Amino acid sequence: MTFVTPTIEWAPLIPMMIVLGAAALGVLLEAIIRNPATRRVVQFVLSIAALLVAAGAAVLQWATLEGAGTIVMNGMITVDRQSLLWQIIILLFGIFGAMLFASRTSAGESAFTPLGASVPGSQDETIARRKGFELTEVFPLALFAVGGMMLFTSVTDFIFLFVALEVFSLPLYIMVAVSRRRRLLSHEASLKYFLLGAFSSAFYLFGAALLYGATGQSSYEGVALVVQQTASTDPLLLTGAVMVIVGLLFKLGAVPFHSWTPDAYQGAPTPVTAFMAAATKAAAAAALLRIVYTTFYTLGWELSWLFWAVAIASMVLGTVVALVQTDIKRMLAYSSIAHAGFILVAFGGFSSQALSALPVYLVTYGVATIGAFAVVTQVRERTEDGSIGGEATRLGQWAGLGKRSPLLAGAMALFLLSFAGIPLTAGFIGKFQAFSAAIDGGAWVLVLIAVLASAASVFFYVRLIILMFFTDVPEGAEEAVEVDHSPLARAVVVLTMILVLVLGIVPGWFLDAANNAAVLLIGVAG
Amino acid sequence: MLDLSWLLIAVPLASAFVLLLAGKRANSWGHWMGVAASASAFLVGLIAFLQMIGRPADDRAINVHLFEWIPGGEMHLDAGLLVDPLSLTFVLLITFVGTLIHIYSVAYMEDDANRRIFFAYLNLFVAAMLLLVLADSFLLLFVGWEGVGLASYLLIGFWNFKPEYATAAKKAFVVNRIGDIGLIIAMGLMFAAFGNLDFDTVFGGVSGASEATLTGIGLMLLLAACGKSAQFPLQSWLGDAMAGPTPVSALIHAATMVTAGVYLIVRSAAIFNGAPDARVVVACVGAFTLILGAVIGMAKDDIKKALAASTMSQIGYMMLAAGLGPIGYAFAIFHLVTHGFFKAGMFLGAGSVMHGMNDRVNMRRFGALRAAMVVTWVTFGFGWLAILGIPPFSGYFSKDKIIEAAFVGEGWQPWVFGFSALIGAGLTAFYMSRLFFMTFHGKARWEDDQHPHESKLMMTVPMIILAVGSAFLGVILASGDRFVDWLEPVTGHAEHGEPVLPVTGLIGSTLFLVAIGVFVAWRKYGAADVPIEPPPASLITIAARNDMFQDSVNRAVFQRPGQHLTRTLVYADAAVVDGAANGTAAGIAKTGEVTRKMQTGQVRGYAATMLVGLVILVIIVVQGGL
Repeated sequence: MTFVTPTIEWAPLIPMMIVLGAAALGVLLEAIIRNPATRRVVQFVLSIAALLVAAGAAVLQWATLEGAGTIVMNGMITVDRQSLLWQIIILLFGIFGAMLFASRTSAGESAFTPLGASVPGSQDETIARRKGFELTEVFPLALFAVGGMMLFTSVTDFIFLFVALEVFSLPLYIMVAVSRRRRLLSHEASLKYFLLGAFSSAFYLFGAALLYGATGQSSYEGVALVVQQTASTDPLLLTGAVMVIVGLLFKLGAVPFHSWTPDAYQGAPTPVTAFMAAATKAAAAAALLRIVYTTFYTLGWELSWLFWAVAIASMVLGTVVALVQTDIKRMLAYSSIAHAGFILVAFGGFSSQALSALPVYLVTYGVATIGAFAVVTQVRERTEDGSIGGEATRLGQWAGLGKRSPLLAGAMALFLLSFAGIPLTAGFIGKFQAFSAAIDGGAWVLVLIAVLASAASVFFYVRLIILMFFTDVPEGAEEAVEVDHSPLARAVVVLTMILVLVLGIVPGWFLDAANNAAVLLIGVAG
Repeated sequence: MLDLSWLLIAVPLASAFVLLLAGKRANSWGHWMGVAASASAFLVGLIAFLQMIGRPADDRAINVHLFEWIPGGEMHLDAGLLVDPLSLTFVLLITFVGTLIHIYSVAYMEDDANRRIFFAYLNLFVAAMLLLVLADSFLLLFVGWEGVGLASYLLIGFWNFKPEYATAAKKAFVVNRIGDIGLIIAMGLMFAAFGNLDFDTVFGGVSGASEATLTGIGLMLLLAACGKSAQFPLQSWLGDAMAGPTPVSALIHAATMVTAGVYLIVRSAAIFNGAPDARVVVACVGAFTLILGAVIGMAKDDIKKALAASTMSQIGYMMLAAGLGPIGYAFAIFHLVTHGFFKAGMFLGAGSVMHGMNDRVNMRRFGALRAAMVVTWVTFGFGWLAILGIPPFSGYFSKDKIIEAAFVGEGWQPWVFGFSALIGAGLTAFYMSRLFFMTFHGKARWEDDQHPHESKLMMTVPMIILAVGSAFLGVILASGDRFVDWLEPVTGHAEHGEPVLPVTGLIGSTLFLVAIGVFVAWRKYGAADVPIEPPPASLITIAARNDMFQDSVNRAVFQRPGQHLTRTLVYADAAVVDGAANGTAAGIAKTGEVTRKMQTGQVRGYAATMLVGLVILVIIVVQGGL
């Protein structure tokens, strides 16, 4: 076997290189700039600039893309419209995320601990806080995560996909651990996420190895060709396929691989939760979509059992358990599990419509998710000395929010209605697309279950709306909750709100874009 | 300018928004902004009209594309405006009369703390009404249709601190919903039959549709028209709608909105031409309502309610004309326009009278106001002569044409429709003269605290302009068939049928009946003393005073059974549906509680779940099924 040096086409990789390059630069800046306040500003500006430029570059590539796309590095990476669309989506979530990371309460506190390495409650922590330290590493970490996710959506090789998976997962593990308040909970969440993440990575890697064993190939296309030619239902191949998919279902947060979600969502600093909930799901859905429609399309019949079972379990369990939650972040976490189920519904019929439906679904879901968590960052407890404390995440504390802050409560209501899939919000368009993809594939029973689950989920979304608008504040609770005004978080709320409305009322342009992106450069389907 | 027709709608709409959002700081200039918005809409309309005249007659329908509204799929609908002679006629009527009424309202509403909101609603109404008449599809028309309904609701209940006014607004709203259902069903039928809702597709597809379909659509459109135009059996809201400020009654409930039903029928001429049965029903409804309204008008002592009854009756004339088909369409619109002038003028006169009489409306306590309010008396007198149909006032030209047209035809129809219209003219003469004499002539029967005085210039000038219109508009538009020719591109050319009775005879007998009506009214209410308390009366008068017991009928036929039905449903809902739902909810919550326990927080448990899940999935997939 002779080794051939691959010629690499750099141009299609520019958006990813901008983001990852900026991340590396950010790490250097950590060492160079010593004043925390300056560093914070510089890191924020660098992140936003990098993300915007990368988004611009991706849009430019979309506009100037010749033919169906480009294959880079001997088929390791494929840049086509589908991957560009996902990259743009993830960059959008990254921009919102960076804005939330940089947002501070009116007392000037960020969401992150001043010194990640200090023991919670120790002298070090107190000193770090008094000296005004800032954990600005979250910005480069977030850039690494974004870069990894962008890569994740474009990779077309099972081994390289693992690299991308780890590139975006490792920064997330760290980011989950650095909450300013309730640090022990945050550490615990991070450790759980890390352990289970490692466990699922092992599943994935083992699955990829089995696939290689069964076919002698590691690229999507190579495996696909073998599967297609031999029409094989070799148990080795099927087991490998299932394990690869399970590794991705973990990132998607689907039942029974969901258990990390509530704990991680609750323990993580809320801006991280917002970013993670939206972007990880998008990246996972994108990778799953590409794998299924490139490699496993001919195994559709065998794999449909898997998708049906996991989709139904996720929708039912997510909805049912969300009903009994009393913490808003956990409620949103279970709602995200149910949404993972709805995402999988689109795969239910193995219709190529999923290629255009899922980007739409993930955008509508992600935008509302970021908005909802951005609202959560601003509803605060008031400490005994009257200053702003931690987030008020108990549902009861949200009673009467509508009177205190019509903007926040109204925005939250809009996001919840969008989750529920009420028409004229973005969520309706997303669900409609996902379900029609399943119908197109003949999976109407699955859609029936999805519609019922969707209807049941309205209950806990509307319950919060009723709590915010139509419930009187109990005696004394008035003083315990404070509405914070941080301009960046407000901006995120308003922007996401506008997007939810625009996508809900005039979705045409976006549906057109998604339809344009519905062709895979390499692929059996479509 | 024709391409800029969207300004007609946009300007008043923007003004309404500014007025609603600006809050109290707009108190000092808000009303003037409202007037300016309406006036500029009129200017745009006028320029559009002048350009339209410059075009050849067969090129007078301009489609103004606004934006892609409902793209894709089986239904592709653009939002656009259709500027043609018919819609321009309405535009000019709405904006001209509307502007005058805006100006009048500046003075009329002077003491009201919420005057700016009143103007915001008026602007909203103008915008919605213009959208209604300019829309190029039934769906966009429906948006305007609902918009005027909303404005009407808001304005009837403008003084909603009085519970009965709020109730009146609600009543108008609910009754109008019934009509709206008709329009929605009509649209559904059109969509099923023609595949789209824009006028071009629908009217173009008429020839290919079955008569049964067209009749169904026509009847549903008629239901819609009945609701909006207060025609039998949905007329009961109009009298109560007089709760709104008088300028509202003049603009919305006399000159413009209530005539939207007539517009709908005439606009849908293509459908009705293909459905003669539906057309006969339209004519029957019109003929019946014109008599019904006239009888109610004879018994009312409330000046505004009497005028409302008269409006109902006059719209009955228009409906009748519209139901006659091609020979009637143009006359229906002609009468609509002249009626818009003289009825608005009389309503403004009534408002002026109320202003001078401490907002009282009981005509039995009026009398002899002609000396105290000369301008009001003269302008109201012009309107009175116009509605009576005395030549050369405008009502003569429009109403007589309808009466003549009603006598054209075969079989029973000309006789029934013709004589209804003829007798209606006599009744109209009686009740309008009664109103006029009771208010302005006879002896003063004022209450002690009433000191009648003429209104301000800002109120009287619009009245004078409308009075001039009442006097001369008819002769101007009728001479040389100018108006009919103008509308011909829309309504189609009509062969002049011969009435079953000679035309001169008809004109003569109409005028004779009118003269009798005026004479009787003069004997009873002008020359003789009018009792302050209503005298005991015959059964029919009592019935008429009570709006022909329409409210009681509605209550007995619809409301009571409806209430019982809802009560039963509420009970069934609570016992069965809620029981099932709550049971399910409780069950789900239980399941949730149990499942939540699985979320132990122990990583080893989570990992085990994942492993078990993986194993199960592998088995399922490898086994090829459950």
